[in-house]
Amino acid sequence: MSAGSGSLPRYILQRLLLIIPMMWVLITVVFILLRVAPGDPVSAAVGGKLDEEALDQRRAALGLDRPLYVQYLEYLGNVVRLNFGETISDNRPIINIIRDNGGATLTLTLGAFLFALLIGIPLGLYAGRRRDTASDVSIRIFGVITYAAPIFWTGLLLVILVAPTGWPTFDIASPITKFEVEPVTRIILVDAMIAGNWDAVIDILQHHVLPCFTLGLLLAGVFIRLVRVNILQTLKDDYVEAARARGIAERHVIRRHAFRNALVPVITVIGLQVALTMSGAILTEKTFNWPGLGTQLVDYLTARDYAAVQGIVTFIAIVVVITSVLVDVLNAVIDPRVRY
Amino acid sequence: MLTGLISPFRRTSGMARWILVSGLFITGVFIAFALFAPWIAPYDFNQQTVDGVKFDKMAPPDGDHWFGTNDQFYDVLSRVIWGARTAVEVVALSVMFSVVIGVPLGLLSGFVGGWVDRVLVFLMDSLYAMPSLLLAIVFSFLLRGPLGGGIIAAALSLTAIYIPQYYRVVRNTTVSAREATYVEAARAIGAKNGTIMGRYLFGNVIQSVPVIGTLNAADAIGTLAALGFLGLGIQPNEASEWGYDLSRALDDAAAGIWWTTVFPGMAIVLLVTGLTLVGEGLNETVNPALRKRRLRPVQLPPHEPSTYLAEKDDTRFAVGDRETVEKRDER
Repeated sequence: MSAGSGSLPRYILQRLLLIIPMMWVLITVVFILLRVAPGDPVSAAVGGKLDEEALDQRRAALGLDRPLYVQYLEYLGNVVRLNFGETISDNRPIINIIRDNGGATLTLTLGAFLFALLIGIPLGLYAGRRRDTASDVSIRIFGVITYAAPIFWTGLLLVILVAPTGWPTFDIASPITKFEVEPVTRIILVDAMIAGNWDAVIDILQHHVLPCFTLGLLLAGVFIRLVRVNILQTLKDDYVEAARARGIAERHVIRRHAFRNALVPVITVIGLQVALTMSGAILTEKTFNWPGLGTQLVDYLTARDYAAVQGIVTFIAIVVVITSVLVDVLNAVIDPRVRY
Repeated sequence: MLTGLISPFRRTSGMARWILVSGLFITGVFIAFALFAPWIAPYDFNQQTVDGVKFDKMAPPDGDHWFGTNDQFYDVLSRVIWGARTAVEVVALSVMFSVVIGVPLGLLSGFVGGWVDRVLVFLMDSLYAMPSLLLAIVFSFLLRGPLGGGIIAAALSLTAIYIPQYYRVVRNTTVSAREATYVEAARAIGAKNGTIMGRYLFGNVIQSVPVIGTLNAADAIGTLAALGFLGLGIQPNEASEWGYDLSRALDDAAAGIWWTTVFPGMAIVLLVTGLTLVGEGLNETVNPALRKRRLRPVQLPPHEPSTYLAEKDDTRFAVGDRETVEKRDER
């Protein structure tokens, strides 16, 4: 106990300090790939529309005519101050894109995790308890298929099924709601709540159901597998055997003793799934025409805007690294075994 | 050669064999599609007419077009079959590229150690922390310029994601194998570093590669489709690709046109599942920790009456033998 709790602050500090070199490497890799490799971003984005002189002016304005190491150091300094640069094609500060569209991605992923936990944990527990029965096998197959199916295909199938009922199948809110809700936090769900516009809240929540469920299904497959294996392991543990030996009812043994410990690794896995979730979110956003960062990224990819792609990719990578480390830390606080 | 290929198969039993067989069957069907697409598919992947008559646009499945037609007047069944060729080509290339780059890198890093190792581990871990799709997106975005939107560009974009995985596994195996007695022996007889890596370590660290390779192939099918869906994969005039077809189906779905969505997606799910089953099956046969061997029934020596033992001088031996048999039995 004493050794474990004594090392906790140190462990947290170590993990947090590791964020810095990791982010540095990611920012550098993205910089090298997107600024050094491709040649001239300006003519890629707006070439053909402007003559050579105008292109030179744009290059100078963006600082692209200076030596690369100067650009690199400046970019690093800017990212530290949360300045991700400006898009080339429409001169928009990338931090504004993040501010305007990040909220939609945030509520999408949080909702997806909620669905994943609500579906994955009960099914995993049930399958683990009834090992090798028909329900176990079908739950496992369900898990495999949700994982094997491309997320955009699952989404499209759900659209085909749900569209005839009139339930919203694309965008984050109906046009009227978007018009009514004033942007404050720019997370439209929160803004609607602040305004006390409950019709809008309901409309927004309805729009969330299908995309969140789709992304959630992908993660649910991971949770089912994990929880099932864990419950199988826990049920074999000595302390569960001890509880049984004390004459505690089987139902009680499972609920009070086995389940709780089988759920600890779920937190670790949430940390590992952040990257997968971001990949999934990009695809989900495109499927449901969701106004998030992924949709913006795809639009700027199509526009061949290197600066925008660089900024958005850097931001997503930073979010993934920070979230993963935070989940690690949280995990260490909850489960002393992790610290060793 | 052939016996070498089927020997892991013969070692399997029960569930593991069933998994392997069904996986190989599904994968085999798709490879057959890929190889014989021109003969199996009723039409070309970019064919819109037959005998000068244009196909119907978005016609539901019927006798002429079993899977219907899509919004570009193409036959969906033909595109699904031709899509198998694209998927198999891209994935085979990308697995090959990432093995060729990742394995030597891991071997070198694990064997040399020191700062080379530390830098590489850190770099690969950072790459691994990136969402894999994001990495593939960046690479296909970059390669679009110099290489165009063809098979090679797509394969290379996928390669970037999978190199860290081979690197990690091979590096870790190498680190633990480096101090093994057989390496020490090789060194003692004066083998050079290159020889030790090439002749002795390589054979040992390569064993886990087929398992990772198949599982990566399954993952790569999904990622290729995702790139296609985002408009970054194979260009539609180059080949038929399932992900691209699904992106075309986006507008159909809400209108109740299901055949342009269902069939390409089902092809992806089946091939991914098939490859995953092969990978899991191989894993269970190659990985001794997971392998369930049927235990051979232990033959106990006939229980001799004690008079027999008393007659013999060598009683201790007989008792000892009996004990070892029992111990083995317990295990």
